[in-house]
Amino acid sequence: MATMTSAITVESDSPARWQDYLQLLKPRVMSLVVFTGATGLVCAQAPIHPLLGAVAILCIAVGAGASGALNMWYDADIDAKMRRTRGRPVPAGRIKGAEALSMGVILSLLSVMFMGVAVSWLAAGLLAFTIFFYAVVYTMWLKRWTAQNIVIGGLAGALPPVIGWAAAAGEVPLNAWLLCAIIFMWTPAHFWSLALYSSDDYEKAGVPMMPVVAGAASTRRQIFVYSLLFVPICLVPAFTGLGGLGYLAVAGAGGLVFLILAWRVMLSQAGDSADPRLDGRLYDVRAGARDARNLFAFSILYLTLIFATLLVEAVLGLPAFLNLIPGAV
Amino acid sequence: MSEPDAPQDIPAETPSIPPQPDPMFKARRGRNIALALGLITFAILVFLVTVVRLGANVLDRPF
Repeated sequence: MATMTSAITVESDSPARWQDYLQLLKPRVMSLVVFTGATGLVCAQAPIHPLLGAVAILCIAVGAGASGALNMWYDADIDAKMRRTRGRPVPAGRIKGAEALSMGVILSLLSVMFMGVAVSWLAAGLLAFTIFFYAVVYTMWLKRWTAQNIVIGGLAGALPPVIGWAAAAGEVPLNAWLLCAIIFMWTPAHFWSLALYSSDDYEKAGVPMMPVVAGAASTRRQIFVYSLLFVPICLVPAFTGLGGLGYLAVAGAGGLVFLILAWRVMLSQAGDSADPRLDGRLYDVRAGARDARNLFAFSILYLTLIFATLLVEAVLGLPAFLNLIPGAV
Repeated sequence: MSEPDAPQDIPAETPSIPPQPDPMFKARRGRNIALALGLITFAILVFLVTVVRLGANVLDRPF
């Protein structure tokens, strides 16, 4: 591993505070993982003690945090070169790389073992696979090697609802994998629209993101193609006994907006040239890239909305719209 | 006999500046408290999970 990042020895004058260690766990990613994991757990409609359900969600969150710490340890050299990430604790020198590595390994073991002992070994196995996939397959291999890094690596972010489902029901039926497929297909449009207006950052860091490797025009086309595949998949839960009428309405209307925004990105000039005014203001984009920013922002809203609708429907016990595959749940 | 007067150019009472805590000490204290809270929470959680997991069976043991 020539790019071993623990060699980074930036020292900071400010001592590490507990908030720095929390930042190592990527709390924003954790909150998304907790949300999707909880949706899987509740949608399973299986009897589980509330405390064990909470422990399962906690283990998913800690496992995600551990992956984040391992990612920050290994990627410190890349993070130091990018505006969005150079303030992270390891590249900023507030926490040593070895400390981030130890924390990641210990929390990984703790979360997996606790999930297994307290809740379910199937869920624990899936959690262990997710951590391994994110920290090793994505971070150490895919990210620096291929433009398909976030497409394949997206599996790690897509698995938490499956883990939640397994924790509650002790099995992973078709509908659990459907939730996984929704997040998996959502990932390319989400990350590539972000990459379209920060590709100079990725280029500087040597990360082969799609706009850097294939160019902006190709990325815009691929975003639209993935959106065409993503939106119909979002509608499927309404026909497999998972989502109700409300879900179908939200997924359908939101999906239409998603497609319109993806279409506008394809026609736009987003990512065609780096904007020198962007330095230090990552999310301020010039008019040409506004469409990419709109899709990026809406993709977060859309995913949140469809999972929230599924969650609410499951909690309220609302009937499914249609079940064409009996036994899917 | 009276005490000699204090020199006029030195104020009788200098305002005392409270000692500032060392940032290193403050940060370490914060980390220790966070770690302690984490460990206590974990111990309580293990206890509660044990009660929940064994709760249904604990009365089935032979007397």
